[in-house]
Amino acid sequence: MNLDAKIPEGPLAEKWDKHKFNVKLVNPANKRKYDVIVVGTGLAGASAAASLAELGYNVKAFSFHDSPRRAHSIAAQGGINAAKNYQNDGDSVHRLFYDTIKGGDYRAREANVYRLAQVSVNIIDQCVAQGVPFAREYGGLLANRSFGGAQVSRTFYARGQTGQQLLLGAYSALSRQIAYGKVKMYNRTEMLDLVIVDGQARGIITRNLITGEIQQHAAHAVVLATGGYGNVFYLSTNAKYSNATAAWRAHKKGALFANPCFTQIHPTCIPVSGDYQSKLTLMSESLRNDGRVWVPKTVEMAERLRRGEIHVSQIAEEDRDYFLERKYPAFGNLVPRDVASRNAKMMCDEGRGVGSSGLAVYLDFSEIIKRIGAEGVSQKYGNLFAMYEKITDEDPYKQPMRIYPAVHYTMGGLWVDYNLQTTVPGLYATGECNFSDHGANRLGASALMQGLADGYFVIPYTIGDYLAQTPPKPVTTEHPAFKEAEANVRTQIQKLMSINGTRTPDDFHKALGHIMWEKCGMARTAEGLKQAKAEIQQLRREFWSDLKVVGVNEELNQTLEKAARVADFIELGELMVDDAYNRNESCGGHFREEYQTPEGEALRDDENYAYVAAWEWRGDNQPEVLHKENLVFENVKLTQRSYK
Amino acid sequence: MAGSNPNAKPMNLTLKVWRQKNRDAQGNIVDYQVRDISPDMSFLEMLDVLNEDLLRQGQEPVAFDHDCREGICGSCNLFINGRAHGPEPGTTTCQLHMRKFSDGDTITIEPWRAEAFPVNKDLSVDRSAFDRIIQAGGYVSVNTGGVPDANEIPIPKSIADQAFDAATCIGCGACVAACKNASAMLFVSAKVSQLALLPQGQVERKTRVENMIAQMDKEGFGACTNIGSCAAECPVGISLENIAILNREFLAAKATSNNLA
Amino acid sequence: MSWLSNALTSSIGRKIIMAVTGLFLCSFLVVHLVGNLQLFKNDGGAAFNIYSHFMGTNPIIRTLEFGLLFGFGFHIYEAFVLTGKNRKARGSQGYVANHIEQNSPWQSRNMGLLGTIILVFLLVHLYNFFYRARFGDLDPDINNNDDLYTLVVSSFHQWWYVLLYVLAQVALCYHLIHGFKSAFQSLGLTHRKYTPFVTYLGYAFSVLVCAGFAAMPLYFFFLQ
Repeated sequence: MNLDAKIPEGPLAEKWDKHKFNVKLVNPANKRKYDVIVVGTGLAGASAAASLAELGYNVKAFSFHDSPRRAHSIAAQGGINAAKNYQNDGDSVHRLFYDTIKGGDYRAREANVYRLAQVSVNIIDQCVAQGVPFAREYGGLLANRSFGGAQVSRTFYARGQTGQQLLLGAYSALSRQIAYGKVKMYNRTEMLDLVIVDGQARGIITRNLITGEIQQHAAHAVVLATGGYGNVFYLSTNAKYSNATAAWRAHKKGALFANPCFTQIHPTCIPVSGDYQSKLTLMSESLRNDGRVWVPKTVEMAERLRRGEIHVSQIAEEDRDYFLERKYPAFGNLVPRDVASRNAKMMCDEGRGVGSSGLAVYLDFSEIIKRIGAEGVSQKYGNLFAMYEKITDEDPYKQPMRIYPAVHYTMGGLWVDYNLQTTVPGLYATGECNFSDHGANRLGASALMQGLADGYFVIPYTIGDYLAQTPPKPVTTEHPAFKEAEANVRTQIQKLMSINGTRTPDDFHKALGHIMWEKCGMARTAEGLKQAKAEIQQLRREFWSDLKVVGVNEELNQTLEKAARVADFIELGELMVDDAYNRNESCGGHFREEYQTPEGEALRDDENYAYVAAWEWRGDNQPEVLHKENLVFENVKLTQRSYK
Repeated sequence: MAGSNPNAKPMNLTLKVWRQKNRDAQGNIVDYQVRDISPDMSFLEMLDVLNEDLLRQGQEPVAFDHDCREGICGSCNLFINGRAHGPEPGTTTCQLHMRKFSDGDTITIEPWRAEAFPVNKDLSVDRSAFDRIIQAGGYVSVNTGGVPDANEIPIPKSIADQAFDAATCIGCGACVAACKNASAMLFVSAKVSQLALLPQGQVERKTRVENMIAQMDKEGFGACTNIGSCAAECPVGISLENIAILNREFLAAKATSNNLA
Repeated sequence: MSWLSNALTSSIGRKIIMAVTGLFLCSFLVVHLVGNLQLFKNDGGAAFNIYSHFMGTNPIIRTLEFGLLFGFGFHIYEAFVLTGKNRKARGSQGYVANHIEQNSPWQSRNMGLLGTIILVFLLVHLYNFFYRARFGDLDPDINNNDDLYTLVVSSFHQWWYVLLYVLAQVALCYHLIHGFKSAFQSLGLTHRKYTPFVTYLGYAFSVLVCAGFAAMPLYFFFLQ
């Protein structure tokens, strides 16, 4: 298979404008003859559905939530980047482009990232026009703050709820189109398969989660905006329902899956407190501006802490190891996410972790509390401190927070070309669902930017190019491919319900998560990955012979939903392991212990691995086939990241 | 292995849970026992334990809505011991922790109750009425592209902050569940006042409030009698002041709009 | 005029009617109280009877009576309609456990009950005083006015009547504590600067007016 990214010719800064001129257009009268399916209603999906409907296309939008407003984009805290340069601090489209490429450890496509930086400015305009209440200065203009990986203040925010406000903006635009009848909204409806007719994506098979009804939906094109797959790890900052099923089933129908091993581990999350733990909660990156990260200097002291024999306040200043400040004097506690996470893990591996489980490090605010007082700290971080106390029952004003890294975001996803089209013609992927813009590591406040860029400003142009070349004839579900896909879905449901074993879907999911976290998490080795693959294959066999699902298909059955998603997570987990094993280098969120500098930093291999690894499904129990898209860097120089 | 408090004692609890097979079925309260519940668990994690037990015994787990478990998506909606989202103020069900209960407690868990929120199954209800109210006008009618620069219209910080306070609504429906009248006024007022406060919302200010109230009434929500339970139970602190703004907006719109219907 | 009827039959429209009529009735209470204070004048009821004669015969007052009738009528009618709608909205399946008392004041949830007590009182009150003053055959006093005063005094010497009065005033007081500030909320007349003042004024108004009315039967029962 030849992976053609279809990057337009010409200078970087002119590619997108040129491309917009060169793409074919659908005339306004014809637009209403085309149907488009959008799966997912987070930032990428809601913005795409609304924008396509505004253009005149007939849109069918699908969400497994009870309302489009509940998509997990809503939980994003920090902000959204845009190269507005409102602060007069030297920001520009090129700088945002450069920061993003570098932050991604040089594993993203230049042309996509540049376009992302270009349209970032339009996003802010659009959201403000919708009534999104961004933070403002006293003069009434928009406020900005700074985020990791950048030396300028370009992050727009709405307190700690930026994702919520942006999603409600996109949801309102979507709601308006639903009211106009241009979008037909299907809530509590999950996509379970993609339908391909004559090599082109022509529809999906869905299950109504309330009635269990299996339905066929036809359209001229399908857009997947179904988010990331962080929940492969069971414990992550993702929402409980976030899953990979739609993307994975599209993959099994021919869409290549790119860079699956690129996962972002966020350093500041509230640690696991017990086996019952169902998800992990993020504490915003902004806390590292003022919090100091430390563990006890000795293992003995850490052990006594863990047993509760001494209290953290009894550890003298000279017995504390501020390991980030010690190892990275230049950046200190503000090193990028991957570096901070890996170092916390190293401390815990040495036996110096704290908390009863030993899997936590301290994030200490005593210095800033001394400096500006508890009142001042409360104004900056009050809501985060309150949330921490609610969950842990510990007061961070009186004792340091305990934090530990957690899976947060997946940079990998369905492979897409410059048009966001997957390797299946007519199938598009937007937002976290695709792989395109963040390389091996995503910068803070860039996920919201990408989701909205794809939905508002990229897909409306690029999908038109495809549709213009598709005859405006009505599409129906007549084709046998629909019947066949539906039969497959029914067979799988039947199979899941009839195993009648002893283990619950959650039980398998936790087992998978454990394997992934231990062997394909923050640090990976060839040996560990080999073991992981064997363990996952074993788990998969057990899943299909010992799963327990009760109830029926014909009503709300959350166990059945879960089982189907776990089945896909298991397969995806194996591919992640394959990808991590294949990539014999360390870059961004992918750290292979064999490939590090003498100081323990990630060691890239640009000569052999400056490519996108795109995997092709070849059938059950067949190894996936690797295809490479070589990354060409014409506008940035590849360098080793150093934060010393 | 309790993380924060190694001395926290596990609890045994009796749960009285509303079970209902589907929308049309009769429901009833069923008693369950859960054992060894850690005080550090969230309320939903406690229900996870119950559900895993039920599943292993071959019984159907209790259906309930939840997703982010961070208090922002608005999915979770349990009526716990007679209170929307349980006894803690300013807390969604998912952020309620078991340390707020004691060993031996009996906890009654019910779905939101309101004519406009029919029960799907067990503790899961249909809140699509909220979506339809937003569809009636809870937006600024701007298409993608062609909008002015974001800094073109300065907005005083105090106004922007007040609009944000209203916009923070998570649409969970606790206001309706707690209200003696099952009124949705707090929810509707949050959106109306957010957009009435901002310059972007001015163009459609009158039609918006007229249409949203018409839809609200059509959905079968009750009328507000200013009891205040809604704001008291709102997990994100939407203020009653918004309802006053809504009343004002409605009165002004009805008196001055060009709408003759 | 369909827009007007649509507006007034919407949930907010009905609330606005409740608020406007409620405030109007509050103004009536003030007039009524001030007039009735004549009862405390130690003149054997002469001033009170002049006042009641004036109220019963003055054409302006007689016209305003119709306004009052409408005020009460709409207030009561809307109360019934809203209660019915709200009951329906709450749904047929109630909560097994409901601790609404933990999130709201009692009087705010029981305006219907309080209003019904007041309505019962009102009917007794109207029959006993208004009906008999207007349509009955009261003896004339020394000024040849109908001697309503004597009727009042004799009524207020019956313990059950005094009890009904005092209870009704307690109910009215709670009704007003919620109703007064609620009316401002329903009309959207709130402001961060003035609403606290309205709240205090509401309390003071409710307590003073009802204490004033309750003082009359108590005064005659215990002191006269």
